[in-house]
Amino acid sequence: MFPILTVMVALPAVGAAVLWALPSGARERVREIALGITVLELALAVALFLQFDTATAGEIQFSETYAWIPQIGASWALGVNGIGLLMVVLAALLTPLAILAGWWEDRDPARRTHYLALVLLSEAFMVGIFAARDVFLFYVLFEAMLIPLYFLIGSFGGLQRRYAAVKFLLYSLVGGLIMLVGVVALYFQGPGGEEAFLTDNLTALDMSASTERLIFLAFFFAFAIKAPMVPLHTWLPTVAENARPGTTALLVAVLDKIGTFGMLTLCVALFPEAAEWAAPVIIVFAVISVIYGALLAIGQRNMLRLVAFTSVSHFGIMVLGIFAFTQTSVEGAALYMFNHGLSTGALFFAVGFLIHRRGTADVTEYGGLQKVVPVFAGTFLVIGLSALALPGLSPFISEIMVLVGAFSVAKAAVIVATLGVVLAALYVLLTYQKVFTGPVPEARPTFRELTRRERVVLWPLIALMLVLGFLPGIAIDVLSEPSADIVSTVPVQEAGE
Amino acid sequence: MSFVTPEIAWAPLAPLIIVLGAAAAGILVESFVRTPERRRVAQLTLALAALLAAFGTAVVQWAMLDGAGTVVLADMMTVDRQALAWQVLILVFGVLGTLLFASRTRAGEEAFTPLGSVAPGSTEETIARRKGFQVTEVFPLALFAVGGMMLFTAVTDLIFLFVALEVFSLPLYILVALARRRRFLSHEGALKYFLLGAFSSAILLFGAAFLYGATGTTAYAGVAAGIASATGLDPLILAGAVMVIVGLMFKIGAVPFHSWTPDAYQGAPTPVTAFMGAATKAAATAALIRVVYEALYALEWELSLLFWIVAIASMLLGTVVALVQTDLKRMLAYSSIAHAGFILVAFAGFPDGALSALPFYLASYGLATMGAFAVISQVRERAEDGTVLGEATRLGQWAGLGKRSPLLAGAMALFLLSFAGIPLTAGFVGKFVAFAAAISSGAWPLVLIAVVASAAAAFFYVRLIVLMFLTDVPEGQEDAIEIEFSPYARTVVILTAAAVLLLGIVPGPVLSVFENAGVLLLGAAG
Repeated sequence: MFPILTVMVALPAVGAAVLWALPSGARERVREIALGITVLELALAVALFLQFDTATAGEIQFSETYAWIPQIGASWALGVNGIGLLMVVLAALLTPLAILAGWWEDRDPARRTHYLALVLLSEAFMVGIFAARDVFLFYVLFEAMLIPLYFLIGSFGGLQRRYAAVKFLLYSLVGGLIMLVGVVALYFQGPGGEEAFLTDNLTALDMSASTERLIFLAFFFAFAIKAPMVPLHTWLPTVAENARPGTTALLVAVLDKIGTFGMLTLCVALFPEAAEWAAPVIIVFAVISVIYGALLAIGQRNMLRLVAFTSVSHFGIMVLGIFAFTQTSVEGAALYMFNHGLSTGALFFAVGFLIHRRGTADVTEYGGLQKVVPVFAGTFLVIGLSALALPGLSPFISEIMVLVGAFSVAKAAVIVATLGVVLAALYVLLTYQKVFTGPVPEARPTFRELTRRERVVLWPLIALMLVLGFLPGIAIDVLSEPSADIVSTVPVQEAGE
Repeated sequence: MSFVTPEIAWAPLAPLIIVLGAAAAGILVESFVRTPERRRVAQLTLALAALLAAFGTAVVQWAMLDGAGTVVLADMMTVDRQALAWQVLILVFGVLGTLLFASRTRAGEEAFTPLGSVAPGSTEETIARRKGFQVTEVFPLALFAVGGMMLFTAVTDLIFLFVALEVFSLPLYILVALARRRRFLSHEGALKYFLLGAFSSAILLFGAAFLYGATGTTAYAGVAAGIASATGLDPLILAGAVMVIVGLMFKIGAVPFHSWTPDAYQGAPTPVTAFMGAATKAAATAALIRVVYEALYALEWELSLLFWIVAIASMLLGTVVALVQTDLKRMLAYSSIAHAGFILVAFAGFPDGALSALPFYLASYGLATMGAFAVISQVRERAEDGTVLGEATRLGQWAGLGKRSPLLAGAMALFLLSFAGIPLTAGFVGKFVAFAAAISSGAWPLVLIAVVASAAAAFFYVRLIVLMFLTDVPEGQEDAIEIEFSPYARTVVILTAAAVLLLGIVPGPVLSVFENAGVLLLGAAG
């Protein structure tokens, strides 16, 4: 069988190497080359989606296993179920858009080459992580991915980019290293041998409750940093403020999903009893994230920080859905992972376009743009409405699924979390009001309308949100079986809270 | 009492004989070849040829070894796969070190003083420099050190352990003192290294005497038997065991026996630092493995407290003090102390896995260390008038190195990431196997401390990467740094960088080699 997933990991990685190896004379066309590679990757992802057998969405498909380091039981094992599939598609979809969104960011061809090569490298890691079926491989990619991201944040971006890069790296590294202890400990609980780290060999292990809980916590800690949960979220606003909007879009829309993805496919799937044990506390933190993120978002003047805090809030909803352990809520969380990628990706791109025009992320510097750039204003409004989960746009479905699904098990949590949804309306509409309404500023008459390139970036995302808003079945079909499998592993779900 | 000549198996000794023989021949070359330049060429050729020949012989030995290994020199030495693995590793470090010893600046300046015996700054020194004197005896000295270390990994007798220790330590004391620039610093480092080294040798010998007194023998097997037959806890045995281990921990550079490390690392000529940092740690770890697993294994419970305390202290002190260093060589010295702690973590509980994990860990650590110091040797200060001075080891001087030399800065970043244990570098696999060994014996709290220390350590490795890549060259400092080009040092940088990457991505073959090495011929653990 054609090893499509390995090719999808290798293609951007090789592409990055090619970009770096290009002689400086050939660097004029580097954007086109990078875009071409990512579009090809997207085509592969679409092919993957079409080839995916929805009837058996709960099972791992496109599976490949090669011995990698048999001495310590690590394999190069890839494969996706419905959840992994959607995440791979999301990564492949947003990377070309990020490249297109940052088309004019660099004047210097050498810098541009570095940037694009690092983006390609990150894409390779993202696809690899979402497709990894081996805990060791997952961990290696999870940690190694920090290097391209570190340079993406630290070399390209705002004034405090170095501080942001180091903060990001240290947060992630602390989480990663603690997870490493869990990975090693898990090895000794598993069957050992040359394929000891295959997730299939690590499910339903017979280990003592305390061991399971400790290993679960080691994993969960790393994922809670990645999917920024209060109080481990503080790296995100710093990074969002200082990195390029394109980088942040990839980071928040795709990479941070590794956190929730890991919670779903590793934390809950491998340690169901410990997950059940920890769920009440995690749900409390998730709800705190929802409210705290939303409240801080309202207080932000910097639009990039604002979007970052809204994501903290949204990630809280995903985590709530995962740890409520009902079919609907888990399905909703998985769906939200995809939809939030579309919505937040678009939001960061759009804010990036604003910043590109005026050179600042401060909302108070804007105003009255509705009349100057009506198309931009309308596009921005739709994207903003998707973030507040307006019915008709896809995030709505997923958010409602999480809240309805979780209601039966955690009533209080859902009621409080719903408040976060109300707050979302506040921060989205207030921002829109400050930027686009009000009197037309006379001093700054020139403000460009959305260019064709920018429309190509934003409109497909909006279209996709509309399609999935009215026909969510396309995505839910591939998610319901894997979600059911995950829910069924968790021992009890009687309403208890 | 009649003296019985011991049976000597010559073949397993061949690598050792080649290296030590070449070292002796090197002394003769020193006396008979008069012209410095020709002498240098002869010494370099001899050293490299001997090391490569010994490497080849050791590999052949490995291939021909039937069963677990051979006892040579009447129980005083064992050549088994574990010993051969370490010897091959030390020979690799020897070859890389020799290449670094031979490196010169564009202006033809070596890392070593032209005449070690004259006072720094004296007229004689100026004359020696002008006449083009060279201390080519560094090559035979390095060979002696390599030979001593190879012996160190194979000895199974406490007296012989002491002899081997001295054989490799004495040349190193001299080498440390031979720096061309900042000679007082070099002398200071060498003197501290010598005094503390002598002190540690004495402790080791004292411990050996205790063990002899308690068990009536100096052979590891006999000591193990003596410990096993002792009723209750013999304080003599415990004191002896602790002192022997402490003597070896000095050489590994673990806290609180580390105080020579920063000064010796900083003062020594950088090629010597590279060689010493990589090879001494490897040899001392190998000897510690043998002592622990062949002689003192039964004392696991009693000794574990020592290992825990020293490991934790090394990791914490190494990491915390490295955070505030402003000199690159000192920073790496403290980082080496932290790594000594990680090495000792693998010993906790004396797991079988340590026997194959530690050679890999030391291989990954040693390669990155040699590479990092090779890079340091190539980054020089430049005076206002354009003359090239010594190495630029102040951290601030490395700002913007990524622009000046992407190759060197990139390689350095790779070595630092490997020290930090980031996946896809050798350092990660090394940490993984070492931590796995520790967890297998239940020492997970120690591993937890180790990962926290790793995360903190990452901070200062990353700080250097930030300086090199994310910081611009300071205004007006554009001409303050000279990137040297020595083909020897470049070769070392490229080889070690490739090895660090390769061991990080496909560690399988090397891991299985060391897995085969993970059995001791006389091991109580086996």
